[in-house]
Amino acid sequence: MTAVTPAPPSTAVRPAPAGTVPPGRPGGRSRLRTVAGFAFGAALLFAVAPLVLSDFRLALLAKYLCVAMVAVGIGIAWGRGGMLTLGQGVFFGLGGYAMAMHLKLADAGPGGMPDFMQLYGQLDELPLWWRPFASPWFALPATVLLPMAVAFGLGSLVFRRRVRGAYFAILSQALAAAMVILLIGQQGTTGGTNGLTDIKGFFGYDLDDPVNQRMVYFIIAGTLLALLALTRQLIHSRYGELLVAVRDGEERVRFLGYDPASVKLVAYVVAAGMAGLAGALFVPAVGIISPALIGIVPSIEFVIGVAVGGRATLLGPVLGAVAVAWARTALSERFPGTWTYLQGLLFVVVVAFLPGGLASLWALARRRDGGEPPPRRGWLSLGRRRAERTEVPAA
Amino acid sequence: MSERTEHSEGRERMPSQHGMSGERLDGLSVRDVRVSFDGFTAVDGVSLEVPAGDIRFLIGPNGAGKTTLVDAITGLVRATGSIRFGDDELLGRPVHRISRLGIGRTFQTSTVFEELSVLQNLDIAAGARRGWATLARRRRGVPDEVAAALETIGLAERAEHLAGTLAHGQKQWLEIGMLLVQDARLLLLDEPVAGMSHEERDATGALLELVSRDRTVVVIEHDMDFLRRFARSVTVLHAGRVLSEGTVAQVQADPRVQEVYLGHPVDAGSTRTPLEA
Repeated sequence: MTAVTPAPPSTAVRPAPAGTVPPGRPGGRSRLRTVAGFAFGAALLFAVAPLVLSDFRLALLAKYLCVAMVAVGIGIAWGRGGMLTLGQGVFFGLGGYAMAMHLKLADAGPGGMPDFMQLYGQLDELPLWWRPFASPWFALPATVLLPMAVAFGLGSLVFRRRVRGAYFAILSQALAAAMVILLIGQQGTTGGTNGLTDIKGFFGYDLDDPVNQRMVYFIIAGTLLALLALTRQLIHSRYGELLVAVRDGEERVRFLGYDPASVKLVAYVVAAGMAGLAGALFVPAVGIISPALIGIVPSIEFVIGVAVGGRATLLGPVLGAVAVAWARTALSERFPGTWTYLQGLLFVVVVAFLPGGLASLWALARRRDGGEPPPRRGWLSLGRRRAERTEVPAA
Repeated sequence: MSERTEHSEGRERMPSQHGMSGERLDGLSVRDVRVSFDGFTAVDGVSLEVPAGDIRFLIGPNGAGKTTLVDAITGLVRATGSIRFGDDELLGRPVHRISRLGIGRTFQTSTVFEELSVLQNLDIAAGARRGWATLARRRRGVPDEVAAALETIGLAERAEHLAGTLAHGQKQWLEIGMLLVQDARLLLLDEPVAGMSHEERDATGALLELVSRDRTVVVIEHDMDFLRRFARSVTVLHAGRVLSEGTVAQVQADPRVQEVYLGHPVDAGSTRTPLEA
């Protein structure tokens, strides 16, 4: 045989000594950086933000962080799993309504009925499906489990039938539209277009009190950090690698003996759970949940934040979501009416020219500065050295 | 991945690519297989027996049904008839179940996961039997069978590189390595040496001989030089049927084969006829 570099079989004749191959993971340095990163994030959220921001701005930040939680989930489902989900509002809404129903019932007191039902419902007693939400032991788990169950049911149907790409995106968006129509149509029991408003208490705490608002903010910030830690573990697990493989070559994964449908289902259900939790925490932070907050437009806005930040990274979706939500507030305060156009423009520019999002700028800058490739698993780049090379969404 | 077996950790398995394994060696038996698409019959009653440990080459002009036959074996297209590997009937099973019976394939175009490292590619290929508990954890170190496959395919040095940065030939070897760690006992390779240099072809041929020690290999190939050097037996397909079968010499001497290859001068196959020895 002709000499070849590298010649596969020639080295193969002697059995490979196990364990001589380089270890799979860089060691302590990356872990140290992670801990430092989380500590920095915690300091920013728990110390700096409450000191610097007014109560009003802090309440806004709490709202943005809820959007960021949805974004973390979208980062998993879309960035890592390739499922462009344009209907996360559904899961956000399920979580939000479950929480709001409980809080409304708590406000009304034992045996009472929410104010709006007496107004338009002409109901004599609480509808059957509202009753379990009176118990926090049902309502709180339901904020997460209900969206996950719906995602599981939907995902089982859709992924096994190999619906993907643009078809999946459209289907998920249609679901958001359907949910809004359903809510508006059942005004007597859901509050209709107004939604569930005027929520006063949160497990015995008065939400009008700034101190309690601050507490809600801390709960939200802590939850977001916990979700980020969970996501980091998920991304770096074997499952996380498998999910990327499914995104990039679903058929190939099938031929390796996996069922890609179950791999995708897990990511979709996890993303739905995160959206549900975000919706649940949004309610005490803002005091309202309504169809306008969960329909097609907000669902797309969730995705825009993720795209702008960098969908395949850990922090990209969070920073993107917060930045877009902040820009929306700031710009619509100053130039009402133009934000929608700016947002659309931003989305087009990012998708066309920076498919890896702003996170890919970071990776590029590091490469230029250092003159050498960035480490395989940077805090932002997460092993995607070629984040800027990611394909167009819904491909 | 839903079933957990005692193999769920993977490393308990023997590195079978070195002939040390006690896994049984099975043959492939295809009986009267038909595949039709909208009235067009791509595979029209093909029967063939590939004995255990064979290196069988499938050749034939474009449109002869070679790839479609492999698609039928791996569950990608619906077929009638019977396809057995060892004692298992393959027809009617979904793709991932067929794969778990020990049937692995490659494609004409390379399909490695370019955004993952060589090591990650192999680790995923090795893991179809892992339970969810294993999947939820990080990979620590390198499983034995993955380490062995890295040596076998000569990519140990590049284990941490992204698969997308590999040369064309190396990607094909990675594909074969993925079949090895997947514990495929039947390898179906679709044009593995297309686009390879001479040196790479030689290396690939030697790799095939090595892996066929305890596996059955079926190769679709247009490269007649490669065929003459590494085929142990040959099946010629033409218009969805078996035209001829036997050793390289027998097939080359078959007048029907000569007629098919010479009778279609515009066909791509004709420029590389078996007669150009």
